Amino acid sequence: MQLVSTIVLDGLIDASWIFIVAVGLTLIFGVLNVLNIAHGNFYAIGAYVAASAAGWYYAGGDSFPALGLIIMLGSTLVVAVVLGPLLERGLLRFFYERDEVVLVLVTYALFLVLEDATKLIWGVNPYYAYEPYVLFGNVSFFGLSYVGYDLMLIVVAVLVGVLLWLALNRTTSGKLVLAVIHDRDMSSALGINVTRIFVVAFTIGVFLAAAGGAVTAPKISVQPGLAVTVVLLSFAVVVIGGLGSIGGAAVASLIVGIARSLAIHTAPWAELFIVYMVMALMLAIRPQGLFGTEGLRKI
Amino acid sequence: MLDWRSTAHLCMALVALLAAGLVLPGWANFLLVIALSKGLAALGLVVLLRSGLLSFGQGLFYCAGGYGAGLLMLWGGISDAALLVGGGGLFALLIGVATGPLVAGYRKIFFATLTLALSMLVHGALTKADFLGGTDGLNLRAPTFFGWRAGSAGENVYALYAFASILAVALAGLCRAHFGSVRGLLSLGVRDNEIRIEYLGTSVRRVVFENFVIAAFLAGIGGAINALALSHIDPELAFWTTSGEFVFVAILAGQASVVAVFAASVLLEVVRSWSSQYFPNAWQLTLGVFMLAVILFLPNGVGALLRRRSRPSVEADAK
Amino acid sequence: MPEARMLLKSAFAALSLFTFASPVLAENQSFKLGIVTFMSGPGAESFGVPAWEAAQMLSAALNEGGQLPAPYDKAGFGGMTIELSVIDENGGTTKQVQELRNGYERDGLDAVIGYISSSNCLAAAPVAEELKKLLILYDCGTPRIFEDGSYRYVFRTTAHATMDNVALARYLAKRKIKFDDIASINPDYAYGRDNWKDFQQSAAALNPNAKSKLELWPKLGAGQYGTEISALLQANPQVIHTSLWGGDLQAFVLQAAPRNLFKNRHVVITAADHVFQPLGNRMPNNVIFGARGSNGLFAETSPTNDWLVAAYEKKHPGGFPAQSYYRMTQSILGLKLAVEKAMALNGGKKPTAEQIADALTGLEWDAPSGRIKMALGNGHQAIQSNAIGVTKWDPASKRMQVVDVERFDAECVNPPANIKAEEWIAQGFPGAKCN
Repeated sequence: MQLVSTIVLDGLIDASWIFIVAVGLTLIFGVLNVLNIAHGNFYAIGAYVAASAAGWYYAGGDSFPALGLIIMLGSTLVVAVVLGPLLERGLLRFFYERDEVVLVLVTYALFLVLEDATKLIWGVNPYYAYEPYVLFGNVSFFGLSYVGYDLMLIVVAVLVGVLLWLALNRTTSGKLVLAVIHDRDMSSALGINVTRIFVVAFTIGVFLAAAGGAVTAPKISVQPGLAVTVVLLSFAVVVIGGLGSIGGAAVASLIVGIARSLAIHTAPWAELFIVYMVMALMLAIRPQGLFGTEGLRKI
Repeated sequence: MLDWRSTAHLCMALVALLAAGLVLPGWANFLLVIALSKGLAALGLVVLLRSGLLSFGQGLFYCAGGYGAGLLMLWGGISDAALLVGGGGLFALLIGVATGPLVAGYRKIFFATLTLALSMLVHGALTKADFLGGTDGLNLRAPTFFGWRAGSAGENVYALYAFASILAVALAGLCRAHFGSVRGLLSLGVRDNEIRIEYLGTSVRRVVFENFVIAAFLAGIGGAINALALSHIDPELAFWTTSGEFVFVAILAGQASVVAVFAASVLLEVVRSWSSQYFPNAWQLTLGVFMLAVILFLPNGVGALLRRRSRPSVEADAK
Repeated sequence: MPEARMLLKSAFAALSLFTFASPVLAENQSFKLGIVTFMSGPGAESFGVPAWEAAQMLSAALNEGGQLPAPYDKAGFGGMTIELSVIDENGGTTKQVQELRNGYERDGLDAVIGYISSSNCLAAAPVAEELKKLLILYDCGTPRIFEDGSYRYVFRTTAHATMDNVALARYLAKRKIKFDDIASINPDYAYGRDNWKDFQQSAAALNPNAKSKLELWPKLGAGQYGTEISALLQANPQVIHTSLWGGDLQAFVLQAAPRNLFKNRHVVITAADHVFQPLGNRMPNNVIFGARGSNGLFAETSPTNDWLVAAYEKKHPGGFPAQSYYRMTQSILGLKLAVEKAMALNGGKKPTAEQIADALTGLEWDAPSGRIKMALGNGHQAIQSNAIGVTKWDPASKRMQVVDVERFDAECVNPPANIKAEEWIAQGFPGAKCN
């Protein structure tokens, strides 16, 4: 019983940050049909900006430490609002007429550019934002000590999921986004401003990646090389959940988180491979992913 | 099939390549060997691209070819380059036959994503495989060429280069012939309208499958040459960045000409080497900007540039 | 068919492209030294960039002449100016091999010092051998290079990773720390697996009761260790072994410390000194660690070490150099002595690669990290002394200190020649000379 609850709790903590990042990737894919390889770079930039903001805030004394966390998240919003429209309008839109795979290549080139650009801006020395990590103290579960911040992440992830669901299903603009995901050409024909939806969806996707970086920043060392691991993991999640499916990303994050936790607690030699194994299993049984749509053939 | 004139042209091209290698310094020969082997993998992508599909997992077959050739050398005790490369290509082809049915039903970005996922799986498995050297990979020995062993570094590189040139020219010729054949032309039909092709009585799935297997074979040959040139194999060959490069070369080349594929591959290697030499701190940025510029300003690839100056090629011939 | 004609054309275009860069003839007055190290990616922060910085600092001082203590006081390499260039080690083995060939043949490099990643080391060594050019591996850990192959032109001027774990196990035994129950968390790639295997077997050789309770294998670059920390807490071992490094190690410490993983048990880290400066007081006390040699905090006072520390402090006030700085420094110093020795034998003229290789084979020299002896692999693989200690934060100077240091002679923690490291450990360290 103790082992089971530990596995579930560890899995949930893991799933929470994976979800925040992966749901951004799947949203961008769903709306723009772009498999964004540079997604991990937005995560890294988010982490860098948040850590820089935290460094600036806490250097002036930490009379009100929780404010630092809010400043960190706020700074990533700025990043998204600047980078999102800039990259979507300034770069991606020139390639919408081209093959979708060309767009993957464009984001690959973007990955290369941003990889060096972040290094040129922030250098190679690590940045930290550890102060918020102790904000919520420690909690004990079955004799194991957990950091309260990690448990808060679960709440944040659920909040992100619920907000996204509400925004998409309960607001007019959200429904327009769903319409575009469902059929871009038809939506355009019906007079939906697809361009605007592209910009907004891409910006939200960038924000989610950057926010994922920001909430992770307090527990890691922010330095070069963050992007690759993250983009591969969220890619696996999106494939398992079904490309472009937001519910799929949520379920797949849970599956990946729990599977990883299960592997670490019961068969640690398989940790590296477990995500790939889940993905392989999914590809063998249901190549379009859990919530992916069929009918992929072109007419 | 190829007429005598095309054959003569191919032979002339080969002679020119072989002669050029004699004049060039060793490092340039080596760069060309790598460019030719990557070019072969990209040529495979062009074959697929003609049916409207682009794989983002071509590295899987490049890797299969490399490991196939490498293990044939280390475990099978074979050192003849022709056997090794043939074996590598065959191994990749078999993997292509095994995975082809899985992906043949998918199109567009889904096809790219699935192939990418497959190559990631193989990459993950290889890093875990201790008996294959894990992430460190394995070192190979110098190959022999039909019983002849190179005496010096320069000889070895030139022999590899000559060997790669012969293969590249031969396979390029075969591809060219295939593009003009009935089955090759069907691919263009698949790209334009699958339903029409189905009504004409051909299985679209089969056409896609065939192209996928051809692409796998070409990548396997390329990967095997790469392995021999490097004398080293490691899981990096199946990493998504490797596949990304092939896609870039295929896009950079365009579908207009087979020659352009190799020209594009050489260009990428030169630009990478050049940026690495002059901007060791920002070579990825330089490469990325180069890629973006090419995709933006050369939408039809280098091939289109070549074509503008000479007679229309592949597609025009096909129509 | 126009394509074949085009092939001709492009062949000639390629030809004209390359002719402008014909191989450079090495000048007599300079020595071209290429450095290959991670300038980007996860290896950059901890190892790559510090090593490049060390190379720049040292070559500037050497070129000026008279800056370093004897026998390193001659200008440059025997009067020849050192011309440095750098290649980013990121980008995969194919790129590395290509750039190494370009470096030797196109840019006319006289020698290359480089490679942190073991796969790059394995791939690069045969290239140098084939081209008959000097290659010095300065960082990668695998013992496979000179155990599985033999080279004339390839050297490693730093000890391989075996001694890091032998020393850790010896430390535990010597300090009578209980290590019956061991858990481990190592990155799941060749380096991490080698480290764990060496430590596990060394521990077993020194303590028959030692058994492995839990082996965790996070992915290299994972950055998130919450679940692993839970599993470690649950296993509650006496000793936790890890060879995580760089950003991974920093993240692990940041996440494990608040959960009290470092309390009530011993965490032993094969190489930790490079994270002290960035982590500051967030690095817990009482952690047993090494620095892959008598590097950094473990370096004993000597003319060369005093010079290095002073020069580093001038560049980074309040800082201290970590292991990567030491490895690059000892490599360049060894090369300098070999070049000068070969030069003397060559009548004062610039020596060939063969002559330098012969001079470097079996050479011994004093580096900031102590005496370096090219004792293994027929004189191509260095051994050096090692030291293990315990962390202790000093709030007054705001610096990490090391206490309870045990020093191990090179012959105590490195295998003798002609036996593979793995077998040496398995057989219980035959021929080890410990003081």
